[in-house]
Amino acid sequence: MQAAAADAVHSGRCGAYGGRFVPETLIAALDELTTVYAEADADPSFWAELDNLWRDYVGRPTPLYQALRLGEAAGGISVYLKREDLNHTGAHKINNTLGQVLLARRMGKTRIIAETGAGQHGVATATVCALFGLPCVVYMGEEDVRRQALNVYRMRLLGAEVRPVSGGTRTLKDATNEAIRDWVTHVADTHYIIGSVVGPDPYPRMVRDFQAVIGREARAQIMEMEGRLPAAVVACVGGGSNAIGMFHPFVGDLETALIGVEAAGEGIESGRHAATLSAGKPGVLHGCLSYLLQDASGQVAAAHSISAGLDYPGVGPEHAALKDAGRAEYVAVTDGEALDGFGQLARLEGIIPALETAHAIAYVLREGVRWRDAGPVLVCLSGRGDKDVAQVLDREG
Amino acid sequence: MRTGQIGAAFARCREEGRAALVPYLTAGHPTPALTADVLAMLVEEGADVIELGVPFSDPLADGPTIQRSSYQAIQQGVDLAWALDALAAFRARYDTPVVVFTYLNPVLHHGMERFLDDATAAGADGVLITDLPTGYDAAWERLLETSPLDLVRLVAPTSTAERARAIAARAQGFLYYVSRTGVTGVRQSLAENLGREVAALRGVSSVPVAVGFGISTADQARTVAALADGVVVGSALVDALANGGVPAARRLMRDLRTATTHIHVAA
Repeated sequence: MQAAAADAVHSGRCGAYGGRFVPETLIAALDELTTVYAEADADPSFWAELDNLWRDYVGRPTPLYQALRLGEAAGGISVYLKREDLNHTGAHKINNTLGQVLLARRMGKTRIIAETGAGQHGVATATVCALFGLPCVVYMGEEDVRRQALNVYRMRLLGAEVRPVSGGTRTLKDATNEAIRDWVTHVADTHYIIGSVVGPDPYPRMVRDFQAVIGREARAQIMEMEGRLPAAVVACVGGGSNAIGMFHPFVGDLETALIGVEAAGEGIESGRHAATLSAGKPGVLHGCLSYLLQDASGQVAAAHSISAGLDYPGVGPEHAALKDAGRAEYVAVTDGEALDGFGQLARLEGIIPALETAHAIAYVLREGVRWRDAGPVLVCLSGRGDKDVAQVLDREG
Repeated sequence: MRTGQIGAAFARCREEGRAALVPYLTAGHPTPALTADVLAMLVEEGADVIELGVPFSDPLADGPTIQRSSYQAIQQGVDLAWALDALAAFRARYDTPVVVFTYLNPVLHHGMERFLDDATAAGADGVLITDLPTGYDAAWERLLETSPLDLVRLVAPTSTAERARAIAARAQGFLYYVSRTGVTGVRQSLAENLGREVAALRGVSSVPVAVGFGISTADQARTVAALADGVVVGSALVDALANGGVPAARRLMRDLRTATTHIHVAA
């Protein structure tokens, strides 16, 4: 009987992907989070509080902006940018951290931890911890601490402790390992705010639900402005949270193509890239089964991207399922193309995008003409690029 | 093919009125060339069951010591296939039961069924997959449970009583109780309520209960040996190997063996 009960637990599969492949110590905390999230999800006052914070603190809804000069440069197409860069803290990440900090408060957790790559999620977590008066520890790979010094200082200004991680590749993957180790050790009083649609169930679907506000708004806005659904929705994919947030409300709209843009780094054939869905194979990292970059022995391979936020060898399980189902298409652009997209958006539209986002822009510049006669193309402008200016200058210098 | 060797080893310990000593090593650490010597030393110093760790790039249940040993082994070309080869070479000379201790991804990459065939052929007696908690993949667990290998399952201090019972009901070989929340590694002290937790688990388990995570000194081993059927020691041995080679690890094993022998295991 008890064996059957344990056998019946299948929560969190997303098609063949997802799951809860974590040490036993974390199962109780994941059960608690699942229960508390289900209760909150069914409680209108939870969403009302989150909506108020999104409106008054974050500045939602974010505009949907028609980028005429970008559209012209992309071959005479109609392009709209969903301006997540205009959110408080400069990226989509805060949509999720606000939702999770409300859950942490419901669970009575008194300490918050997070991982960060580019630093955007770390800043968004440090921000909500300041807002709610909770101590915050952010794990960040040493390499990323170097690449994103401005965000490190920003987190410290907000009262968070940034712990550089020196293990492994010293990037997002290893920061996540270290955050999970912290959580295993302090699970009684600590909530781990994962920044993307990765990790064990319920994280991928919970973070998706918090980010789906992007796509819900964008869908209503394009219907209002154009009276039709877009021909395509384009977003960059590292772990994939802005992309899932953008895609989710369009999944049932089969006339709308869903395009996820991964980082091809120095080129997929170079082996130095972060194009998990394009070049990986299914495996388990950080508690979930999804596509994974790995070597011939099943060790997780180092990812490479000019953008710290895409520099991750895994990807959210829902993206893996969308890929296998043929519902979404995953493509990749190189570091060089992304840099070109970064510069072009600045010059054409007066908007400096994050290097992560620049991958989606670069793809539209390269391939957007596919949809010239099909309808508008929506791009998730997931974050602003102030944090990347020094790095780009460095590279050009 | 070997069956029931783990159970037999624990039964022998019980007859002798002592707790089983279960040392862990990372395959290929400190060097691949030394693994055969380390394994032989563990047998010579009285290991009852050996946990052979497969190094993985992202060992998120492990503390700094095993992270480092895993990293060093991988840098020297060690992987799952190498570990199974080392096991086969060991098995040609020794009978001590071996549990292959691994993360899920190397196994999936190798192929679950192929892994079970190859591990069985190499002379493994059990398998422990750190990041495959009970009840989260019926198909893989069925393959594991019906293979000739014992599937060693973990129970944590955070596991609810109901869940601990459900895990115990499916345990094979022995049940591994994680002595405290956290990653593997040396700890200053044992959890205060360890005795009560282990007693409760032994009450519902049909297989022996071994305790691990953080047991590093002979004193700690002696305390745990009085509470449980087995004592798992990992990071302390890996540290000894890293710092003082096989002789240092041998000295620690001797102390641990003495500590786990001169006790009277409560029924």
